[in-house]
Formats: sequence, structure tokens, C-alpha cells
Amino acid sequence: MFKRIMAPVDLAHLDKLERALKVTAEEAKLHDAAVTYVSVSAAAPSAVAHTPEEFKTRLGAFAREQAKAHGINADAHAIISHDPTTDVDDALLKAIRDTGADLVIMASHRPGLADYFWPSNGGKIAGHTDASVFIVRDA
Amino acid sequence: MADQTDNQGIPEPEGASDLISTDYEIGQDNVEGSVGPFGFDVHNPVFLISGLTIVAFVFYALALPEQASSFFGWLRPALTSNFDWFFLWSANIFVVFCLALIVSPWGSVRIGGPDAQPDYGYAGWFAMLFAAGMGIGLMFFGVLEPVYHMAISQPLGVPSPIAEDGTLIPENIEAAKRMGLAATIYHWGLHPWAIYAIVALALALFTYNKGLPLTIRSAFYPLLGDRVWGWWGHIIDTLAVFATLFGLATSLGFGAQQANAGLEHIYGIPNNVTVQVILITGITGIALFSVLRGLDGGVKVLSEVNMVVAALLLLFVLFAAGPANIMGDFFAGLGAYAADIIPLSNPHGREDTGYMQGWTAFYWAWWISWSPFVGMFIARVSRGRTVREFLTCVLIIPSLVCVLWMAVFGGAAIDQVLSDPATSAVKAQVIDSYNPPVSLFAMLEGLPLAGITSTIGIILVIVFFVTSSDSGSLVIDTITAGGKIDAPVPQRVFWCTFEGAVAIVLLIGGGLTALQAMVISTGLPFTVVLLLMCWAIVKGLISEKRAGS
Repeated sequence: MFKRIMAPVDLAHLDKLERALKVTAEEAKLHDAAVTYVSVSAAAPSAVAHTPEEFKTRLGAFAREQAKAHGINADAHAIISHDPTTDVDDALLKAIRDTGADLVIMASHRPGLADYFWPSNGGKIAGHTDASVFIVRDA
Repeated sequence: MADQTDNQGIPEPEGASDLISTDYEIGQDNVEGSVGPFGFDVHNPVFLISGLTIVAFVFYALALPEQASSFFGWLRPALTSNFDWFFLWSANIFVVFCLALIVSPWGSVRIGGPDAQPDYGYAGWFAMLFAAGMGIGLMFFGVLEPVYHMAISQPLGVPSPIAEDGTLIPENIEAAKRMGLAATIYHWGLHPWAIYAIVALALALFTYNKGLPLTIRSAFYPLLGDRVWGWWGHIIDTLAVFATLFGLATSLGFGAQQANAGLEHIYGIPNNVTVQVILITGITGIALFSVLRGLDGGVKVLSEVNMVVAALLLLFVLFAAGPANIMGDFFAGLGAYAADIIPLSNPHGREDTGYMQGWTAFYWAWWISWSPFVGMFIARVSRGRTVREFLTCVLIIPSLVCVLWMAVFGGAAIDQVLSDPATSAVKAQVIDSYNPPVSLFAMLEGLPLAGITSTIGIILVIVFFVTSSDSGSLVIDTITAGGKIDAPVPQRVFWCTFEGAVAIVLLIGGGLTALQAMVISTGLPFTVVLLLMCWAIVKGLISEKRAGS
């Protein structure tokens, strides 16, 4: 039913992604779909990487790890943004087009008061793409 | 490409570069959590200490207004008159250092490594660094300073062309006109931009080439080593936050008063605290919108719009005041600047202390106290440029733009004063009475379509405040998040709002003058910081790969 799954990940907060990553792998196997792990970072050094090149390398390694651990076909798509805090949604929407994904699986927090002011990433993505969006909440 | 199988170590960047190897992990001292529904991710303890110190100083200024204003009112002139030589010599060193780097082999080192691509095109980049750095000052001093230096401050002892009774002294005119422009350009040309360039280059190098967090303390790594991650670094970062927030808040307070004076002058809108609070709220609101839209969607767009409008106003004044005259002023001003820059930069054996201490040393302290903010913002948007390109675009081109601006606005104003001293509105507002906020509008009055151009002038003043306020909020947010650029949105909302709130409290309760004097006083310690940064830049560049080597 799906050919390519896009899985946005934040390498600095992998602990919060456990469920989403598991669901991603299960769906990939179920539909025999390839997974593209996508992550957005600034060019300035962060907790994840010191340079954009290192960031790409780390994301690539992460994708290979996931592929090996779950027996799926996976690759990585790193995005360097000038201001990730505000541009992450648009960057992910563009990544959906660039990777040709037909399913997006991403983790999301529980909606709260702040979502009236700053809608969740998942909510915005779902509202602006043709791809199916699977939002995985915390347990 | 780096080793694909190992994601633990730091891979070699593409091409040769020299990352600093440190155990410090960006964000390791941060506290993440949420207050109600709002998430945060802040550096412990820089966020808390800077926030609390700012609140404490606001209380001090409000609770003991006379003590605060007499102390800081004494401190500032005491610094600029006792340390004038230190400010002047340091600024000279910064200019020579930058010019030397442009022609040195290190000029070919690229910020972000040899293969980095520029993050921004020239237009957007230039618009942002200009709008953050000095746009607002040009609006206020473009008319005031050239006229004032021509007629009153007598730099290097050049006599005034205007006699006590208001008549002209023809034999003094040529030299005074020349000096009016040269003495102003000196304050807006190479020296201030060199100050910004030093901070910006140091931070850009240590962030994009060395892999350290984007925060002021990183430039001290060569000096302090891993101690920068401890209290030394906390103090440096806190001081930078402090100078930036108070610098922005007090300027915002004064800016609102000045915009109000303009509105009163043109539209008869009452000049009172209510109108000024509305102005601050409006400016903060637009800045908030801008930081929520982000660097590309907000800050850059506003800066570009501002640049275009400012350029149109400049062209209008140029043509309305007679392009031949003004272009003559431009080249004369440039020539006079070149001829007088050395005597103006020399602090020894001068008799024009009113100019040298009251203006030059004051300006240097002012630019230096703003340099952590402007420098860090310039650093953030300058990845992918070579050191030579960077210094040319941060030092040479803005200086030329300032020369042009001063020649056009100052030249037009000086021409108005000298051609008809009896009726000149500029003479009335600058020479007869000292009324800085109205000076620009007084000059525009002497040209056609004054109603329209003055309105554009007020809009420009307001938007230039927004472009300083939004970029300042991003800088403070990044410093207080330990160099993290992607801290949660509520944090930048907090700083932007906090800055407006501090401005309003100080405006209503009094204390703007005292705290602005305090900000300028931070110029002295930061001058030492900048001198150390020059050394850090050399240390940083030595280990970088140059093109062709």
C-alpha cells in the first residue's frame, strides 16, 4: 500500500522516539516499503554534530543501524536549515516532496494549551501534504 | 567523506579544517522542561542569572533613581574622559588588524571549512548586518552630526563658519563643511565596523570552523581552554546578555521618545508616555511576529524591505538636494576622511576634548557595548564566506554606504544651513537649540514632499528598531540556551517581550538614562575582551587551511 515511508527524527532526543521508530519499522516490513529517516539541523554546532558534514554522517549511520536492527531497507536525508526552530515544518514538507514519500510516521507530544499558539509539527504536516501521516503519541 | 561506519567520534570535516577537540557537549549544562504548556531548554545558570540581574538592576534604577542616575551619570563621562586614549587606540588596532587580515594569506580561509557554501546571497546578508548594526543610528545622526561638527564641536580646532550673531563667516565655510563630514564619517566608517567585524569573525571562526557552540565564550577557548565551560564562560555570556538586553531596551525607550517627537513635529500627535508605550508595544509586537516567522521568513525579509525603503529615501534626498552638489560632498567627504583619519584617530595632544571625549570615545564605548550582539548576529549569517570576503563586506562596503549616507543627509542639511542661515529649520533644531530627534525632519522640511518623506522617515525609524529588536532577541536566546540555535519558540518570545517590558518599565518609572549609561560603561571591559579576540582570531586562523596551500 505504501512505497516509501518518511520518518522525521531528532537525533538529540532519540529516547522520545522509541515507539515511533518501532512503528516505522513494523509498517515498513508490513508494506515492504523503504524508509527515509529525515532530520533537520542548523549549520552551527549542536549537541548532535559539530558541522553539517558530521550531521549527515551521523544520520546516515543512524539509518544503517535501524536498517540492520529491523531488517528493513533504509536511507537518510539530512536537511540544513538557517533557523530550525521556525522552519522545521516547511523543511519536512519539502522533504516529503523530495523523497517522494507516501507515508509519514512521526512522534508527537500530547496536545496541550500551547498547541493553540504553536500547532504541533505533526498537525501542521498532516494539514499540508498529500501523503498519509501517522502520528505516534507517547505511551 | 567521513567514515560511514562510526558515528561516535567527530569525523573529519570535508576538506581540511581543524575542529577543536573538547569533551564539552553543546547543551550538556542545559535544563529542559516545561512551565505549564510552554517548553524550554535553557543554559544553567546563564539564563537564570542574566534574567535575575536584569530584573535587579531595573529595581535598583526604579527604587533609587537619583542615586542610580548620579552614579552612572558620573561613571560614563569619567570613563570616556580618563580612558579616551584606550578607546581610541583599541579602535585603531581593530581597524589595522582587519585591514591587515584582508591582504594577508589568511584572507582565503573560508568560514565553515573550504567547501562551505554561503548561507545567504550578498543582498540578504548585507541587509541583515546593516539593519541589525546601525540602521537606526543613521536615521538619528545623519543630519545632526555633520551639522553639529561643522558648526559647534570644532574637531581638530577647525573654526565654526557661523558667528555668535548667526551670520556666516565666509572664510571658514569650506574647511568647516569638509570637517563636518569627515568628523562624522570617522564615527560611522571603518572604526565601528572593525569593532563589529572582530567579534563577528572570532565567533564565526570558533563556531563554524572549530565546532564550538555559537556563544560569546567560545572565542575565549584559545585563552581559557576548557575553563570557558565553567564560571569564566558564564560570566562572559551573562555580561553579553546583559549589555545586549539593556542596550536594546534603553534604545527602544529612547527610540520611542524620538519617534514620538517626530510624530508631534509632523502630525501634532501629543508627546507623552502613553503614546510612547503604544509605540514600544507596537515595535515589540512586530518584532515578536518577526522572530516567530524565523530568521529567513521574518528578520531577513524585514531587513530587506528596510534596505529598499532607506535606499529610496536616500535617492530622493540626493536628487531633491541636487545630485551634483551632493556627489561633490560625497567625494569631498571621502577625501576629507582619508586626509583626517590619522589626526582624528590620535588621542594625544588634542585640544578638541569636547569632540574627542564627548563624541569619539563615547561612540567607541557605545559600538563596543553593542558588539557582542551585532557581532554574534553577523557571525550567525556569515557561514560560507572567506575571511577576505567577510571583512570586505563587513568593513569596507558598510563604511562606504555610511559615507554616502552622511554625505547625502549631512551634505543636504549643511547646504540648507549655509545657504540661508536665518530661516533654516536645521539650524534652529541643531545649532540654535539642540533637538536631535527632530533634526532629520527639519532637513526634510527644506525639500519638496516633506509630508510624505517625513512619514517614510518615521516608518523607517520604527522598522529599524524592529530589525534590531528581533535579531537581538535571537542572539540573547541563543546565548542563554548555551549556543543552541534550535531552542523552543516560547524562549525567543520571552526575550522579545521581556525587552519591551523592561523598556516600558524604565520609560514610565525613569531610569533610561542611568541604565543606558551603564550599558556604555560595559564598553570598557568589552574593549579588553575585543583585544583578546584579535589574538584568538590569529590563533584560530593559523590552524585553518588556506586556499591553495
